[in-house]
Amino acid sequence: MSAKPPPQTRPKLAVYKFSSCDGCQLQLLELEDELLELAGEIEIAYFLEARRQVLPGPYDVGLVEGSISTPAEEKLIRQARKDCKVLVAIGACATSGGIQALRNWADVGEFTACVYAHPEYISTLDVASPVAGYVYVDFELRGCPVNKHQLVEVLSALLIGRRPQIPTYSVCLECKREGTPCVMVSRKTPCLGPITQAGCGAICPKFHRGCYGCFGPMETPNITSLCGYFEEQFGMSKPEVVRLLRGFNGYLEPFKTASDDYEQSHESSNARH
Amino acid sequence: MNKAMNPQMRVIDVHGLARVEGEGSLRLQLEGDRVVKAQFGIFEPPRFYEAFLRGRAYAEVPDITARICGICPVAYQMSACHAIEMAFGITVGGQLRALRRLMYCGEWIESHVLHMFLLHLPDFLGYESAISMAADHRDTVVAALQLKKAGNEIVRVLGGREVHPINVRVGGFYRVPTRGELEGVAEMLQAARPFALQALKFLATLEYPDLEMDYDCVALRHSDEVALNEGHLTTSRGLDVPINQFFDYFEESHEPHSNALHGRLKGGGTYLVGPLARLNINWDLYPQYIKDLATEIGFAIPCRNQFKSLLARGFETLYALDHALELIRHYERPDVPAVEVRPRAGVGHGCTEAPRGILYHRYEIGTDGLVRSASIVPPTAQNQPQIEADLAAFAPKVMHLAQDEMTRRCEQLIRNYDPCISCATHFLRVTLERK
Repeated sequence: MSAKPPPQTRPKLAVYKFSSCDGCQLQLLELEDELLELAGEIEIAYFLEARRQVLPGPYDVGLVEGSISTPAEEKLIRQARKDCKVLVAIGACATSGGIQALRNWADVGEFTACVYAHPEYISTLDVASPVAGYVYVDFELRGCPVNKHQLVEVLSALLIGRRPQIPTYSVCLECKREGTPCVMVSRKTPCLGPITQAGCGAICPKFHRGCYGCFGPMETPNITSLCGYFEEQFGMSKPEVVRLLRGFNGYLEPFKTASDDYEQSHESSNARH
Repeated sequence: MNKAMNPQMRVIDVHGLARVEGEGSLRLQLEGDRVVKAQFGIFEPPRFYEAFLRGRAYAEVPDITARICGICPVAYQMSACHAIEMAFGITVGGQLRALRRLMYCGEWIESHVLHMFLLHLPDFLGYESAISMAADHRDTVVAALQLKKAGNEIVRVLGGREVHPINVRVGGFYRVPTRGELEGVAEMLQAARPFALQALKFLATLEYPDLEMDYDCVALRHSDEVALNEGHLTTSRGLDVPINQFFDYFEESHEPHSNALHGRLKGGGTYLVGPLARLNINWDLYPQYIKDLATEIGFAIPCRNQFKSLLARGFETLYALDHALELIRHYERPDVPAVEVRPRAGVGHGCTEAPRGILYHRYEIGTDGLVRSASIVPPTAQNQPQIEADLAAFAPKVMHLAQDEMTRRCEQLIRNYDPCISCATHFLRVTLERK
């Protein structure tokens, strides 16, 4: 066993939660084989889901899960930024707004009344935003949820002071590498893989379904071309394309603009008929 | 009241109750030895799932609702699928049904073991976390992590990944596993089994605070199996109704101190869902060797002490592990991964046993296959009023303790419920006021 640095020199980690499902921070606890070793190498100074003890900042690395969707969260994220030397947004909610950013296209007042008997008890912002919408973020790790091995890569890289190696190419490359047949060719199934960033291990095509975009847009996606293909080859309607783009990373550019354009072209073609 | 004016008043403010999934708060107000108020509030920000599900396609619902909770996504996927299948008049049987049970066993194991050993056990042994606990009990923590991993392996092999599996669909699955793939899982389960047994014997030796409550337990009951995906809504006071009558007997109210709706029995009071409620309702359906083990370690049904939910989770984990092995032994790969789905207009109800208790979904679907309306009642919202009742009953028993210790005990009580506040809407802030 390697010698452990004394506690006072171990880097301090903070894990924050905002509007989210817990799934991304849970990925730390899903590291069944590495968790105890990790806890030996770094001081888990603030991680409410895992421990009661809270050590004061400043923290070397802060992981932020969740989108910013309430006035209280807006204040907290600004404080988290002050407390952390390096701030990393983890997961679709923190990097794109997440699924709850669907409210950004709707009237939040109506949404509140739909769910709650007393909307006046609810305090919320009109939009659910990625963390970078409020504070400077040093690194963004995509995914709904994040891939736990990528999470370890980011933590290890930051703690030894190198750049995390997280690919920004598409899911297609993962399929090719794994020898998974293309589901659009072999199963006539629409797949967001060509425009979605790799990272999940291309699991959907492996399970015979199309990618639905958990890791958000890849570096240079040709969305119009792919969606045109969906319409021509699979007879998808424009509203179906809009829904597919407005998923767990729907509010992240260029997915957002693409779905807005599709929606407008659908509305204007309806108006012509 | 001004502190200086009343030397008897003490206030404890704990910002963030730890080792729960989400953000909530506890407010206890005491005047002398009388409990004036016991409020368990949920400040998890609202995410409005029921609102934005409207207009989404039925096929997207299992994937979207999974994101309500990263710890029990399978439960959301299952309740959603069953509800939509009911609306479409579809039944999923045979090996596809068995695979759903198998996947649910995986989630029970991973979620229960996470809570038992990483979140709850530190309370009983006097540690602030499993990380600190591992310094003295490393073998236990390591073995628990391996048991949890075995549960997760079921979910990973059947679902593609542990958190937010991608392989569940209305009608069944996208791809069904081969026998060989499941045999690998069985090996991991076998390897973890001795610890699942030994753990129960160890947990039975812990000291459990004395708090007997007259719970009205609510769980699904199925005539010939321990209910996971299907069953009747059954209570310990004799109610037995089909799940589509959920809102006839249970109601939700919106309280000012919470972003989660509170569940109550209509015309009645609080009720208990989750592992202890399930064992109380379904114990007769458990295999004899598990009942014998319970007798051996001194665990008797009915059990009305929620601190012993730790043991209840242990029994359910052992059951789920053995049931998973049995399902794998009898597995034959089905010809098709899903039954045919023909959307039609209708209303459907789904209720399944999430790790924390019954999870009810109701959807109205239009002829276009789009969701018209959605209602979701998660287990923690249903338990919220019961948590408050437990606190009110428990506080006088621990009032003599120092402020720190009393707060810790109250937190332990809340953790009895393994509250999943992300589900119920999250920030657990504990405020203790003494007058």
